Amino acid sequence: MATLFGSGIKRREDPRLITGSGTFTDDIKLPGLTFAAMVRSPYAHATIRKIDTAAAAQAPGVIAVITGKDIAGKVGPVPCAFNVPNCDLKLPPHPALATNKVRYVGDAVAMIVATSRAAARDAVDLVDVDYDPLPATVDPEKAVQPGTAQLHDEVPGNVAFTWHVAGGDADQAFAQAAVKVSLRIVQQRLLPTAMEPRSAVASYNKATGQLTLWATSQNPHIHRFLTSVTLGLPEHKIRVISPDVGGGFGSKIPGYADEFLVAYAAMTLGRSVKWTEDRSENYTVTTHGRDHVEYVEMCGTGDGTITGLRTKIHAGLGAYASTAAPGVPTILHGLMYSGAYTIPNVKGTVIGAYTNTTPVDAYRGAGRPEATYLIERLVDCYARRIGMDPALVRRKNLIPADKMPYTVATGITYDSGDYHAALDKAMELIDYRGFRERQEKARKDGHYLGIGVSSYTEICGLGPSQVAGQIGFGGGLYESAIVRVYPTGMVRAYIGTRPHGQGEETTFAQIVADEFGVPIENVEIVAGDTESTPQGWGTYGSRTTAVGGAALKNAAVKVKEKAKKLAAHLLEANEADLEWHDGKFQVKGSPAQAKAFGELALMANVAWNMPAGMEPGLEASAFFDPTNFVFPYGTHIATVDVDLETGEVTVLRYVCVDDCGPHINPMIVEGQVHGGVIQGVGEALQEIAVYSDDGQLMTGTMMDYAVPKASQMPTIESHFTYTPTPVNPLGVKGIGEAGTIGSVPCIVNAVVDALAPLGITHIDKPLTPARVWAAIQQAKGGAR
Amino acid sequence: MKRSIALSVNGVSHSVEVEPRALLAQVLRDDLNLTGTHIGCDTSQCGACTIHLNGRATKSCTVLAVQAEGAEITTIEGLAKNGALHPLQNAFWEKHGLQCGFCTPGMIMSAADLLASNGSPSDEQIRHAIEGNLCRCTGYQNIVAAIKSAASA
Repeated sequence: MATLFGSGIKRREDPRLITGSGTFTDDIKLPGLTFAAMVRSPYAHATIRKIDTAAAAQAPGVIAVITGKDIAGKVGPVPCAFNVPNCDLKLPPHPALATNKVRYVGDAVAMIVATSRAAARDAVDLVDVDYDPLPATVDPEKAVQPGTAQLHDEVPGNVAFTWHVAGGDADQAFAQAAVKVSLRIVQQRLLPTAMEPRSAVASYNKATGQLTLWATSQNPHIHRFLTSVTLGLPEHKIRVISPDVGGGFGSKIPGYADEFLVAYAAMTLGRSVKWTEDRSENYTVTTHGRDHVEYVEMCGTGDGTITGLRTKIHAGLGAYASTAAPGVPTILHGLMYSGAYTIPNVKGTVIGAYTNTTPVDAYRGAGRPEATYLIERLVDCYARRIGMDPALVRRKNLIPADKMPYTVATGITYDSGDYHAALDKAMELIDYRGFRERQEKARKDGHYLGIGVSSYTEICGLGPSQVAGQIGFGGGLYESAIVRVYPTGMVRAYIGTRPHGQGEETTFAQIVADEFGVPIENVEIVAGDTESTPQGWGTYGSRTTAVGGAALKNAAVKVKEKAKKLAAHLLEANEADLEWHDGKFQVKGSPAQAKAFGELALMANVAWNMPAGMEPGLEASAFFDPTNFVFPYGTHIATVDVDLETGEVTVLRYVCVDDCGPHINPMIVEGQVHGGVIQGVGEALQEIAVYSDDGQLMTGTMMDYAVPKASQMPTIESHFTYTPTPVNPLGVKGIGEAGTIGSVPCIVNAVVDALAPLGITHIDKPLTPARVWAAIQQAKGGAR
Repeated sequence: MKRSIALSVNGVSHSVEVEPRALLAQVLRDDLNLTGTHIGCDTSQCGACTIHLNGRATKSCTVLAVQAEGAEITTIEGLAKNGALHPLQNAFWEKHGLQCGFCTPGMIMSAADLLASNGSPSDEQIRHAIEGNLCRCTGYQNIVAAIKSAASA
């Protein structure tokens, strides 16, 4: 039987999704279902004088109006679960429903439960909240200046934390350096925009005390844990089901007030309750991404050796610290300051700020795109300063393959990789030298072409649980799986992660089917229901396959080991004399004496003839806790044409060479690259969440927030190198976020490269025509 | 005050009591249990709710249910005929034209409309035709490939 590992077979998720037969959370219907709607603050910052719910309570169809007073002592504050150490992190309480003060537009003050969606929505308008507006602060840099509006009494100056990272001696490196370059970079706030809005449905059985919560979750076990903590309900009485999930990109990691409130309402009202946000609500309440103002600098020799990097980062957290928020601009960002290079001296300070905006949390890449972007922009500035081609500077500073595993200045150890091979391949594919010649010629004709390179490495496959404890992550980072073989040889495998578009129902079945030599149709992967699946920590940080896939592989190996012992017993042979061939254990040298996997499954399950001391059944569970993170890497190169009259950027070619180890399903890997790159192109060229100074989200609908459309986006030429990691038994790394990490700097570098003859060294993303045009005008004006 | 409307969905006649303000998308999902039609925005941008209304691709969130009185509607659930997937459904499956699958029903319904009027569209024509359907997962590349492949099927 041909091996399935490495085969781009069609996805098993698809038949239900292409026929409208998937089950997303809002599709769940229960007898007597009621509907919730939230009353949200229209002010970014205000004192609540009074909440009058009388009119709403009497409105047709309304069952209950619940305010912060009603839930006092019953629904705990919304928890933050990433308590980053050594940074004086301040976590002020985040009430599920505000009682005294609202801190961002969208902060909830009351919940309506009614017999229909429309009735609930109508009643929202009848809740009379008397607000006393306060001055607001929305910018992470300005928020920590003296005299700015204060959000939390417990947090003087709005400083949530001040985190430091250092390796080597950056100050000395800068003092001695021949060349220094610096930039002020704004990494704009982004709206994750999973196509499926968040939703929660709760049902409670008063007699058994059992709560069932369907939720749009990337990590149902974390949601079970957080629900238990917040509602004071025993964890074993909570079942969280995350059915089909329509994308997450980080925004469905956190525990939100909405889910806890829906569960609370179901418990107290004795009715099942559904809440689904609309898109405007999603944009104002569901977590945002990025939001950095950065002062960054790089130093090096005159001939292209980078010797140091220093940063000072203002990171916006929004009004409250969301579940994983403090870890994103610190651990997942600052530890990556060496990037793909041998930069020996780094030093960074990250100042987290509370602002009157929607909470910011993980968004595809979570901290690593921000790190890669600032490094890759600085490399280009440095290269230009010393008059060396940016690709050559990269080649000179990339970590050499023979130095792997390599410990960077921040102390983490990259597992494996040949970074030069990816760079060289990408340069060859895009004909780097040829393009430089064409660019030179085009410039003489007044035509502005640019080429941008980005060499990245990222930390993913999160990660060793011991490290999770050290960095303040409020959970483990192992994964687990149960493989259960039925009497007929059919297999169900239960996993702790929750894929939501990444295709592991397929790739994981490939792993199991290979191990047992059975057709993939005989294997079913089960995820998303805490009732049946073992403890897991979820799908994020490109960890599902590297950690969860490894757990599954190990569980399958355990099953097979037991099957082998059983086969030896049935064949009256020594285990050592058996070999696995084509789905059966056979005696070496006499293949007629064999037991097929299906025969062993039947015998193990009926247990008529087992070896002495062997338990009946054929199943195993495994927990896999990796010894290190994994570090996928690659080089992306884009060529662009910039219209000097309009500022419009056209991407001519986009070539990427990524290395995530061997591919279980190449078709799915490439799909992840496509999606990730386009999300990054969106960030580079058009996406930005804008707040007015008084804290109104100006990009509050899809009419205003520029999600990439098919007609705007380039075609991607996706290529790979294949370097297995020694960290897990599959050799796989992660590919979910690589595209987003690699793409943003390469597009911006290409545009700046195109405009270099005008003396332009940096333009803040997104590079909309208006911004590019303004930069061109300014440069021209300066030249006059 | 609810009103009674009659409409045909996927070849089946229905009579439904609807609020005058109810959107067709909501009635399909909530009253007729056709939850394959998804709602991803509130400004008619995302296209997840695209269905065929009297043969043309229509965002069912922009139509009041009462406006669909007497209409012939096809949703994603009605696209496969006699147990055989529509060529577009097959092509999306073959070409990995979906990841999370939330935008997929609307995307396929829009693509079906395109192919009804243009049997061999260029990449550019395809990208233009699905401009009103947002996908956050695939980067569109395999969607374009799928539609192209369905056109030549």
